[in-house]
Amino acid sequence: MLTIAGKTFGSRLFGGTGKFASPEVMRDALAASGTEMVTVALRRVDLADPADDIMQVLDRARYQLLPNTSGARDAREAIRLAHLARAAGSTEWLKLEVTPDPRTLLPDPVETLAATEELVKEGFIVLPYMNADPILALRLQDVGAAAVMPLGAPIGTNQGIVTAFQVRIIIEQARVPVVVDAGLGAPSHAAQAMEMGADAVLVNTAIAVAGDPVRMARAFAMAVEAGREAYESGLGEARVEADASSPHAGLDFLR
Amino acid sequence: MKIICNGEERTITPGSKVCDLLRELALDSEAVVVECDGAILKRPEYDTHLLADGSVLELIRFVGGG
Repeated sequence: MLTIAGKTFGSRLFGGTGKFASPEVMRDALAASGTEMVTVALRRVDLADPADDIMQVLDRARYQLLPNTSGARDAREAIRLAHLARAAGSTEWLKLEVTPDPRTLLPDPVETLAATEELVKEGFIVLPYMNADPILALRLQDVGAAAVMPLGAPIGTNQGIVTAFQVRIIIEQARVPVVVDAGLGAPSHAAQAMEMGADAVLVNTAIAVAGDPVRMARAFAMAVEAGREAYESGLGEARVEADASSPHAGLDFLR
Repeated sequence: MKIICNGEERTITPGSKVCDLLRELALDSEAVVVECDGAILKRPEYDTHLLADGSVLELIRFVGGG
């Protein structure tokens, strides 16, 4: 079982709620994914469309809400969003995101570290979205991050784990759960992360924009389970020379 | 009396409270977090907090995101 900040989760797949065609599709895809943790963002109410409210379809009893600070460009903006998230959601859980560059949406490590330190002091349960930097992961852990969320690839790019080398080191060193976040475009990417020993993955775009998001959610759920099962079973090491699966003995009759 | 609400100027009746504005905008107070002049209000305060002329309000809610 996965435990973060003392709370256990039956599913190692975390779901995003962005980019879905409708709240109903989102609700059904989240249900099919089996997830127990979902991210949400904070934005100004659209006064032209006051009835537009995703919280009406999100079952708070079923999902741990993980508000994000998406849109924050520095620690100050992220902290302001964190305070709003706590007031809006009555939860201390927070996916900290500080992304100053709209083109890459890569997280700012300096501001992310500063904001994590401050928000942990304020009692938040902080899961920082971070570059796949093993040293940064340790620094974030040291200031009290409840988990670390290294990126597989930039948000929404579907590129898979292009940071595999660094993610392996992060997993090897971390004392807190490692959640591979961003860039996972196919169930095989999620399975790869789990086989590597990631504690969980967070998937949004790949499910939300699939031709059939509900079936894709199920596909990711199976991949996450398969990958975790494989990791716990102990994977064989890759090698150069062949190692016959059939016995060497008993071939005398051919010679 | 004028306030700035989500970046737009609005005219409100003097003596209006936050809850009156939310009602006028057809917003569920449970679903909205209100920041008034930089300070986040607690939900029970919506019923008591008087809006002042020139108040700057941000009405924020959860939306889909990753």
